Amino acid sequence: MAIGKTASGQPRTLTRLLLDYGVLFAFVALFLFLAFRAEAFLTTRNQLNILDQAHQIGLMALAVTVVIIAGGFDLSMGAIFAMSAVIAAFVARDLEANESFASIAPYAGWVAGVVVGTLFGLLNGVLVTVLRINTFVATLASGIVIRGLALIITQAEQVRVQDERFQALARGGIGDINNTILIWLGFAILLTFVLTRTKFGRHVFAAGDNPEAARLSGINVNLVRTITFGISGFAAGLAGVISASKFMKAQNDMGQGLELIAIASVVIGGTSIMGGEGAVWRTVLGVLLLRLIENGFNLINVDTFYQDVFQGLIILFAVALDAMRHRRQ
Amino acid sequence: MTAEFVIQTRALSKRFFAVQALDNVEVAVRQGEIHALVGENGAGKSTLGKIISGIIRPDTGDLIVKGRSVAYASPRDALIDGITTITQEISLSGKQTVLQNVLLGQEDAHGGVLDFRRMQRRYDDIRALTGFDIDPQTRVNMLRMADQKKVEVMQAIARDAQVIIMDEPTAMLSGEETALFLKTVRHLKGMGLTIIYVSHFLREVLDLADTVTIMRNGQVVRTAPTRDETVETLVTAMLGKSVAQMYPPKRFSPPDAPVMLEVMGMQSSVFQGIDLTIHAGEILGLAGLVGSGRSRLVRTIFGAEDISGGSLRVGGAAFMPKTPQDAIRAGLYMLPESRKEQGLLLKQSVQLNITLPHLSDVTSFGGVIDSKRELHGIDDLIKALDIRVGSPTTRIRNLSGGNQQKALFGKWLFKRPKVLIIDEPTRGIDVGAKQAIYELIARLAAEGMAILVVSSEIEEVLGLCHRVLVMRRGQIVTELGEADGTLTEDNIMRAAFGTEAAQRVDG
Repeated sequence: MAIGKTASGQPRTLTRLLLDYGVLFAFVALFLFLAFRAEAFLTTRNQLNILDQAHQIGLMALAVTVVIIAGGFDLSMGAIFAMSAVIAAFVARDLEANESFASIAPYAGWVAGVVVGTLFGLLNGVLVTVLRINTFVATLASGIVIRGLALIITQAEQVRVQDERFQALARGGIGDINNTILIWLGFAILLTFVLTRTKFGRHVFAAGDNPEAARLSGINVNLVRTITFGISGFAAGLAGVISASKFMKAQNDMGQGLELIAIASVVIGGTSIMGGEGAVWRTVLGVLLLRLIENGFNLINVDTFYQDVFQGLIILFAVALDAMRHRRQ
Repeated sequence: MTAEFVIQTRALSKRFFAVQALDNVEVAVRQGEIHALVGENGAGKSTLGKIISGIIRPDTGDLIVKGRSVAYASPRDALIDGITTITQEISLSGKQTVLQNVLLGQEDAHGGVLDFRRMQRRYDDIRALTGFDIDPQTRVNMLRMADQKKVEVMQAIARDAQVIIMDEPTAMLSGEETALFLKTVRHLKGMGLTIIYVSHFLREVLDLADTVTIMRNGQVVRTAPTRDETVETLVTAMLGKSVAQMYPPKRFSPPDAPVMLEVMGMQSSVFQGIDLTIHAGEILGLAGLVGSGRSRLVRTIFGAEDISGGSLRVGGAAFMPKTPQDAIRAGLYMLPESRKEQGLLLKQSVQLNITLPHLSDVTSFGGVIDSKRELHGIDDLIKALDIRVGSPTTRIRNLSGGNQQKALFGKWLFKRPKVLIIDEPTRGIDVGAKQAIYELIARLAAEGMAILVVSSEIEEVLGLCHRVLVMRRGQIVTELGEADGTLTEDNIMRAAFGTEAAQRVDG
């Protein structure tokens, strides 16, 4: 992406540049600041640590970027995260007890968790498109229902998995690079390709930009939107399964509020909450920016009490930038 | 500086970036008259109205109100002099009552507590003065459009308006409601108010106004009494040339040209038994008043509205348009009525907009877009349609209206359709782009495409089409042809108004 020029070929003003690439400047500035201020920051170990810790929010933020570009919103991701974790742990634990399935139990658990997450996501899509329920309300309500179901399934007890192989998803890796890093950055590359190079990607932008014009262009807008919710269900489910895999257990109250941090990361990246515009690389930077703040604050010994305030201010600032961009148009 | 002129402008100029919106404009409006401003889009009539009502400020020149030179900083300042505006859109709070709206900002209150009795008395006064019998306790959005316009007028009266600037007030009204509204305007004149009436409905203007000022490219062409003008003289002055020169010559398709679109007995929730056919090379027009069902009809054929029965054929092959996708697959495309609301993805590039309906033709395995193939087709189109754009990756919102409209044509010509429906081909674009689009449509027809044009501009229908169907209340009431000499403005108007014609003219 050319940074020096606008799409129309006119020279950029500094304001315009800041408005469009604010997240990039903020990220680079904070990165350099920490590189100079904190000795431990630039070590490979710390960098990999940052990337690893970003995987949960990363997966969900990437997926919800697609939902937001298509004109939707997803507040049920935290609940789907918990549900998928619980299902994965359940299946892995119960199949393990059954001799004929014991050999595949952990893998069946992973798959079951992700499939259930995807299905709940698609269900959200149906609520929003076929039943035409407002996307905030639909996913808020479905989130409450899904978390409630997780409570019923677990009876508020932890589901523990014994089979060590279950841990491989979260703890495995290539050399020093953890699977989690490969999964979420791989997901980012995949979604970038889908959004920028495929027919479906074009349809996602069209659905969010002007649904009526998209429909009159022969696009099945409801189907496109439903699939985007399927993607966010998939990602939330995968993140939940990874969490269950990491700790070898799951419970119904996991992942509370993760969806809000994920959405905040998208906004910080500069993807418009109005739909129709945005990019995956923005969300990657948005996610990492929040991680850098947390990591950096710890390294330079700032009281963690201030972190929330600082993160909140950054989100406010990002939303204000988005509003300014829209006023200028 | 005679007292008979309530508003005068002296050498008024206003520039918006590269566009000279007003250029040395001199207009004088008499006390108590209806003074119309006409001109093409971009001629400067709305800008002039906005300067008089304090919404924008001129760069140079004087605005003289009641003999006094003024410099309004906001509409509030203009209101103090009794100048107010009524626009095309209704600007009322729909969920509030008529009374609340009429007295908005003028409420009687004691220490913040509303005095309902006194407000009701004032409302009754206004009601008596205007003769508008509207229940003050009705919620505004329950009223018909013409009555909502009346509420806006009452609001203006409540604010002691002496001069009302009306900017395309009837654009959103149906024929019957327009007639009612025009009656209201005459009544206001009878009350001694001065009306500045901006409109592109020339008949309405000739019917209503005492004086008309014609504008072109930011300049005044002339101001004259309406009794000295006709539609033709107005159009010629507005365009700077006669209407006939705007349109390419009509080429008739051979009598044995195949039928490209055949609609027989089409049924839906609003249509009973619609029949029409278009031959290859033919331009068929669909005329009628706003609300007569023209757009709804073509949207139904395109699959964008419900359809319940009938037999439709495109290029001889039967098809049933349940969704736009069905129509597109069959080779029937439609340029929708509203470029911005239904046509374009404003946040996206020219490229993305143009290929959106045709992505299957430029994708390889798994829906991956082959950008070389895509760009190749687009470059050709940009050249062929003369779309003035630096690069296909430019955001489409940065283009002028005319170029956006050309890009919209490009979107539906990337792959050639058998039948092209064009709903309002030239709405809101300048004269030059209009002419280019007329030529394009004629060329496409000459190449064998069947074209269905919906237009509110009678001149356009007359100038472009071989044959015209006139609609009234969801039915096709008449067919007029160039070939048999029945295609005249008079015949279209008569068929479009039906029995309502007399009512409208009497107002």
